Amino acid sequence: MFKIVSKEIFSANVVKLEVEAPRIASSRRPGHFVIVIDNARGERIPLTIADADPAKGTITLVVQAIGDSTRRICAMEPGMELHDVVGPLGHATAIRAGGTVVCCGGGVGVAPLLPIIKAMKQAGNRVISVLAARTRELIILEEQVRAHSDEVIIMTDDGTYGTKGLVTDGVESVLRREHVDEVVTIGPAVMMKFVSLLTKKYDVPTVASLNTIMVDGTGMCGACRVSVDGKNRFVCIDGPEFDAHKVDFDEMIMRLKSYN
Amino acid sequence: MNENTISPRAATWREELRKSMPARERTSIARVAMPELTPDDRVRSLTDEVNAGLNCEQAVMEAKRCLDCPDPQCVTGCPVSINIPGFIKNIERGEFGQALQVLRETSALPAVCGRVCPQEKQCESKCIYNRMNKPAVAIGYLERFAADNAESTQIAQPDSNGIKIAVAGSGPAGLSFAGSMAAKGYDVTVFEALHEIGGVLKYGIPEFRLPNSVVEREIESLRALGVTFETNTVVGKTLSYDDLHNLGFKGLFVASGAGLPRFMDIPGENLINVLSANEYLTRINLMHAGTPGYATPVYRGKTVAIIGGGNTAMDSCRTARRMGAERVIVVYRRSEAEMPARAEEVKHAREEGVEFMTLHNPIEYIGDENGRVRAMRLQRMELGAPDADGRRSPVAVAGAIEEIATDQVIVSVGVSPNPLIPEAIDGLEVTRRGTIAADADTLKTSLPDVYAGGDIVRGGATVILAMGDGRKAAESMHKHLLNS
Repeated sequence: MFKIVSKEIFSANVVKLEVEAPRIASSRRPGHFVIVIDNARGERIPLTIADADPAKGTITLVVQAIGDSTRRICAMEPGMELHDVVGPLGHATAIRAGGTVVCCGGGVGVAPLLPIIKAMKQAGNRVISVLAARTRELIILEEQVRAHSDEVIIMTDDGTYGTKGLVTDGVESVLRREHVDEVVTIGPAVMMKFVSLLTKKYDVPTVASLNTIMVDGTGMCGACRVSVDGKNRFVCIDGPEFDAHKVDFDEMIMRLKSYN
Repeated sequence: MNENTISPRAATWREELRKSMPARERTSIARVAMPELTPDDRVRSLTDEVNAGLNCEQAVMEAKRCLDCPDPQCVTGCPVSINIPGFIKNIERGEFGQALQVLRETSALPAVCGRVCPQEKQCESKCIYNRMNKPAVAIGYLERFAADNAESTQIAQPDSNGIKIAVAGSGPAGLSFAGSMAAKGYDVTVFEALHEIGGVLKYGIPEFRLPNSVVEREIESLRALGVTFETNTVVGKTLSYDDLHNLGFKGLFVASGAGLPRFMDIPGENLINVLSANEYLTRINLMHAGTPGYATPVYRGKTVAIIGGGNTAMDSCRTARRMGAERVIVVYRRSEAEMPARAEEVKHAREEGVEFMTLHNPIEYIGDENGRVRAMRLQRMELGAPDADGRRSPVAVAGAIEEIATDQVIVSVGVSPNPLIPEAIDGLEVTRRGTIAADADTLKTSLPDVYAGGDIVRGGATVILAMGDGRKAAESMHKHLLNS
């Protein structure tokens, strides 16, 4: 059992949970994810690790209530236990050194992006972070992102905070003005699709972290398969990060609706 | 063979038993029929076991058929050389507990093997009765009977030698290895990536063929031997090879299974409701999708196509019937004679209303406007020249293509090795196929303290072969540790 030691409410539908998982806390790297089962009759859902504290033996998960399981997890309180947490799964992010990197995240995608921002900064890159959400209250982790970025651009659909516009507008403003070595994008599939289309136009290498449907998360079931460069790849063991320009996002978006 | 058995052929009681009934009388007994649920009852339950098991009377009568041959060929057909006449003669004389003890001399999981071993291709295929043109002694049924009906005499926990051994994976190979090592006094910890112990015995094989309670019983007896189980632990990820050393483990047995489901790489294979047999069975068996109260979803297809002709395909098609499918079609590219599935599974599937389209191969799936599969295009095949294995290769019949409506396709065309552990442990050599390279006799890998067995080495085999690997690896790791 994996005890929740603290909880912070980010917005109506998004919470941050700190969960006791000492082995995962010391073995995880930026980009890794875990599979979580909330109760004995629960389902296995993948969640990207937002942070970890090896000394405390905890990992941080940021969860958005979008289905039954995530709604139940968001309603859990400190002291309660997740039934199962397994990880760290997937490949860690390849951290480049000494370049300019744009990290763009939408909604809760900012949470798994944060450790990548930190690592990119630590490796000596110039880091420009673009955070996007529908409205002001859905912008999360801004302070932490600022602490590890050279520049932060905030975009909201309704203009209640930062600049009014989409994440792609924010990214494009950077691409137009300076040379960028790499873009990292995490967020809703449709957002990553448009970021990818944009950066392809500018010919900037782009990595997307995919969050597909999974069951076991260790390569056994193939539920998470995506077409990358025309080949079937498993997000759980080949990913979760792929060259965004080669991902068939339309197929991925379709497959995300498998159980709707 | 089994020099060390507790029931050798020369034992006085066995001699007397042999004399108690003339061979002619024994061979005139008809082979027992396995009592089973009616097809109508079966398809209403995912969990009711189809084969009900023999009662005492039936088992003793069947045991009498065994001639207790001086040179029993059945034993040579068994991958782990179980003392088959030894356990059967114990059943004949009513010593069911002794029968189970004989089984346990070589098999860690007799209740499992009695149910899922392909006996007709192994022990029973070598039975002397085949030469008399009579059906073989029902060795598998008797094995199951002994395992189910004998009170296992509690094996005393051996004195601990304090040496810590790690196992990656709790399927048949891992369990068998753990049992053998624990019996020698090692302090064994089995790490399982999933949240339940049992590996393929839990996520793969359905309850109607192998009830979870049977698997649980085997796991409990390993716990009684002192084996520790840790779920949610991926060796190579949660705990690295170095972590294991730091925790004091002196040896690692990798039994992580076959892993990755194969797809055919044909158009439409990523449409919604086209899924691997592994995914379908895992959702239903391990996650209990479709059982009220459980959160995991599964689509209940009305016309379900299963692609492939192996045991996993049979498990899938029979599961689909139990999930309420109106029409279930097995599509297999060769003829029924080449089907790798056990004859009993094919028979049960047919009885349960599954249709077979042999000599057909899917070439494309067609989706509706929402990306859900609605039809498959099948290419008619015919058998051509034999391939390298001697099996006749299927060849497309030009122009013979038909379209069949289906709303769920379960792809069961085999698995390929899971790269997760090989990638995570530096210096662990793999073969060109991606399986872990292990010595055929010692099961030793390229790393001195790592052994490997089961499907991660074989690529895709049976429960009994995986179990045999576990035993073998335990013997050679034990020898290695004694000498170091």
